[in-house]
This record gives sequence, structure tokens and C-alpha cells, in this order.
Amino acid sequence: MAANITDQTFDQEVLQSDKVTLVDFWAEWCQPCKIVGPIVEEFGEEYKDKVKVVKMDVDENTETPGKFNILSIPTLIFFKNGNPEKTMVGVQSKDQLKKAADELLS
Amino acid sequence: MKNTDTKNEIYDVAIIGSGPAGLTAGIYNSRADLKTVLLAGLKWGGQLMLTTEVENFPGFPDGIMGPELMGNMRKQAEKYGTKIVDANFSQSDFSQKPFKLTAEGGEVFYSKAVIIATGADTKWLQIPGEQEHIGRGVSSCAPCDAAFYRNKNVIVVGGGDSAMEEANVLSKFASEITVVYRGEALRASEIMQKRAKENPKIKFIYNTELYEIVGDGKVTGVKLKNSKTNKTSEMPIDGVFVAIGHIPNSSVFPDIERDEKGFIKRLEGSKTNIEGVFVAGDVHDFHYMQAVTAAGYGCEAALSAERWLEDQK
Repeated sequence: MAANITDQTFDQEVLQSDKVTLVDFWAEWCQPCKIVGPIVEEFGEEYKDKVKVVKMDVDENTETPGKFNILSIPTLIFFKNGNPEKTMVGVQSKDQLKKAADELLS
Repeated sequence: MKNTDTKNEIYDVAIIGSGPAGLTAGIYNSRADLKTVLLAGLKWGGQLMLTTEVENFPGFPDGIMGPELMGNMRKQAEKYGTKIVDANFSQSDFSQKPFKLTAEGGEVFYSKAVIIATGADTKWLQIPGEQEHIGRGVSSCAPCDAAFYRNKNVIVVGGGDSAMEEANVLSKFASEITVVYRGEALRASEIMQKRAKENPKIKFIYNTELYEIVGDGKVTGVKLKNSKTNKTSEMPIDGVFVAIGHIPNSSVFPDIERDEKGFIKRLEGSKTNIEGVFVAGDVHDFHYMQAVTAAGYGCEAALSAERWLEDQK
């Protein structure tokens, strides 16, 4: 299961992470998030050796979504070495996530 | 990569699409004991998944949430045996029998009859600044994104029911909503117009079109043009919600006859130009575009497919 992170732990869990990290920005009321959630979990399981996967509830945490201009969810951002390298808005397939991850890992 | 070419498994009916049309067809065909597969797409459920309360679907006097209604339809189709596949449709081969459908990822399905119920997607404005700001201030789904616009100012583009609905949903969060419509008078239904006009947060600008969306990583403003006076103006804004209609998802079927706007030509008995391929819902219907009419068309296509399969024996 992808761990929940907060505004307080974002820096440590994501920006300081030594692995490529995928953040799934979601909220309880967001229908498409319920579709993308399990896809992200599956992806995380398959890539567990290479990519760290975490999620952030944007209702509980507003600072980080604001900082990255998130105005629609689900938004998925891949971070590498503390930088947002790839942003994907809306429902994505597992293949699209794998493709994005492979590009960042190569 | 999956590549399960299950040639031995042939379905009676394959339905493409999981909105009210597709799922209703699934309910009817599987209840008739036909071997039915439904390609739901990754974003299953169709347009109602992007709505809140549905007040005009018969049988729900207190209304029902769009996503809940679709969840119920899906359960009902699965209950009677429709196999639902959560994958996007990729391509069809209607030149061979049984017909061959391929999903993204490579999974292949063979079926004697096909029902196309792929619906319609948001029509965008296609102006500079729009595509690069989707998810960064440009949206087509107020119920999805409204909460990000708390105490902000937004525009809704359009003059129909869905524009009024978007404006009303946004008014729970935003400080001010401006409906920008290119026509003289709204074309939304009376009840939806009244609701929007009585809402003190919603304002209206007529005879006006957006011609550019400006921003710096997120939307900061729009450029407007009055179609009567040709006067242009700029307006600072935090969000733009586009509700100017839909375009049918038909381009993935190059062999199926469509009209100049892309709607599939539906012949009598829900037929298309290819025998054994039927059509239902917003992918052909540009008149009504309601959940209940889509469901009706889905039923009709299912019964027509059933009859056609019967005749083939």
C-alpha cells in the first residue's frame, strides 16, 4: 500500500528521497481518483524496487498542492532528485505510468 | 504485455462503452443468455461519472448521485453475466467474422455482434492557452475540481444545461462565477436557468467569446471578444470551466459511416452500415443526449442485436 504523506513529511519523504518517487494527489470526493488509486497501487507493487509510491490527500494538505499548481485531481507527479520531472493530470493507465517511470529511470 | 489471443472464446455480443447505453445493452443481452463482453474503458461510466446529483432519471424521486447510478448499472449488468473488461478499446476489424476487437495492451476479443456505445467527450474551445492549462486552471468538470477554487473567481463557458450545472456546483466554493456565452440568450432548460440566475454569485456575459487563455504555470486571465461590437477586453481569472458541448467518440471506427460532425449514422433498428454492428447513445444521438435516452437506445440496440443473432442461425 502506498503510504500517506502530509505537508509536514513531504520534504523528507519526497524531495529527500533517494529513489524516483511518485506522488498521487487525491481526495475522498474525487471519482476519477478512485479509478486511478488501484492502478497506482498495482504500478507501485510492480516497480517496488525502483520507484517509491506515496499519496497525499489534498483536503488535509493544501500547501504542497498549492506549491505545485495542482488545480485538478487526480494529479500524479514523478519526482527525481527533489525535482518534479513529470506531471500527469487525470486517469492514467498502468502502461502510461510504466512508460513515464522507465524514461526517468533510464 | 498481455497478448491472449483467445480465438476459441467467441462472444455473442461485444459492447464498447460503459455509460448508460453500453451498460443497459449489457443488462439486456446478458439477461437474454447471450455471451456478452463489455469493454468499459479505463475511465468507465461515461459522462455521469463527472456529475453530482441526477434529478431526472426516472425511479429516483430524491435524485441519485451520477457515479452511484453508474455503479448500480454496472452491478446489474455483472449480476446477469456481462463480462466487464476495464481496458480502453484500441481497434476493430469488421472485415472478418466473427468480428475482432483489440483492447489497449493487446487483449483480443471475438464476437458475432458488436454494439458501439462509446459516447461523447468534452468539446474544448481550441484557443491558445487552453490545452497547456488543463488541470492548471482549465477544467471541464466542476464536481471534480471546484474545491480548488475556494474564494476564487472563475468563468464558465457555455449556455446550456451543463454550463448552468457547472456554475451552480462552483458557487459552493468560488466567490464569483461569470458565465460567458457567445449567444444572445441561454439555451439551458427553464429550471436550470432559473436556478443559476437566482444564485447571487453567478453573473452572465452574453455575445462574448474567449479567444485566449493566459497564464504562467496556471491560469491568470482570459481575453474576450464581444461578437457584436468586436471590442476586446481582458479579464483576470483563476479558472476556466468549459461546457460548450461534446464531440462523439467515433474516430476509432473508420469503417463505420459518420456524419460531417462525426456522429455515427444510425439506421433503423439501431443498425450501422456494417451488418452485425449496432450503435447506441451519444455517439449517434445529437438531439437528446440524456442518460435515460442513452439507456433507451442501449436497450434498443441490445434487442436488435439479439434478433439479428437469432436470424443468423
